[in-house]
Amino acid sequence: MVELLDETPRVRSIVLDPPDWHGHLAGQHVDVRLTAEDGYQAQRSYSIASAPEDEHLVLTVERLDDGEVSPYLVDELRPGDELELRGPIGGYFVWEASTGGPLLLVAGGSGVVPFRSMLRHRAAVGSSAPARLLYSSRSLDEVIYRDELEHLGTDVRLTLTREQPDGWTGYGRRIDADLLAEVAWPPEERPLVYVCGPTAFVEVAASSLVALGHDAARIKTERFGATGGR
Amino acid sequence: MDALDGNAIAGLLVEVFGAEMTTATGVCGSCGTSGRVAELVVYLEAPGTVVRCRSCDSVLMVLVTARGVTCVDLQGLADLAP
Repeated sequence: MVELLDETPRVRSIVLDPPDWHGHLAGQHVDVRLTAEDGYQAQRSYSIASAPEDEHLVLTVERLDDGEVSPYLVDELRPGDELELRGPIGGYFVWEASTGGPLLLVAGGSGVVPFRSMLRHRAAVGSSAPARLLYSSRSLDEVIYRDELEHLGTDVRLTLTREQPDGWTGYGRRIDADLLAEVAWPPEERPLVYVCGPTAFVEVAASSLVALGHDAARIKTERFGATGGR
Repeated sequence: MDALDGNAIAGLLVEVFGAEMTTATGVCGSCGTSGRVAELVVYLEAPGTVVRCRSCDSVLMVLVTARGVTCVDLQGLADLAP
């Protein structure tokens, strides 16, 4: 581990320099395994936040209070410590510039992590595919990569579902068919859609998109649970 | 317990099959629906990992790891092809 970066009060990015790392695709994840002194093991999946072109491998981890792995990663890990990783993993929820667009990314909470990888990849290779990110967060303080998202050359639409600051001009409601109809390209433009977030969020977003007339075959989903499993 | 999807067991499936399997196509033995493994319904702590059909909810795969050995039951699948 090279460095730890604060993203929000509960979320940190872990910058890693794994030996024998042969690269990854934007959207892939890694399994992190922790082994206690008594041999007890716990393993969780975390999306890769860095682009394939970045110097280091970055994982962004949300601290779950009753989690077995995330409190250690967020609070205990120090630069120079070693982690047991398996990956990169997954070939379905990935985007490469050659896949094209328009690219619609729909994130709930820390579901934004794989999209940072995709958007950094898009910027790094100079892809001309239009990209739009609809990102649902409880409050502005909990928006991950807030400053960076403004500088990735992407149309970012935030919706704050629980708390909006004074003078907030963005959306302030949960993602549903109405909001998706407003933000998404029309179905005739055949956007390629990725949805990542908690299970209930993904179900609502994906079924709303299909109801709006989007081709289910162009909607890819990834769900994660309260245990950080993904 | 949240129902996840096949992305959640990508690593486990690499361990079992020795290859990336989330883009493989599975065919439900009960209703015949075919879909990417990444799109199947996955319960991680059932105990063991249980994979169900997104259309009819039939059990397609059960994976149980004990003492470092993973037992795999694929009886619910009519087909599983890359």
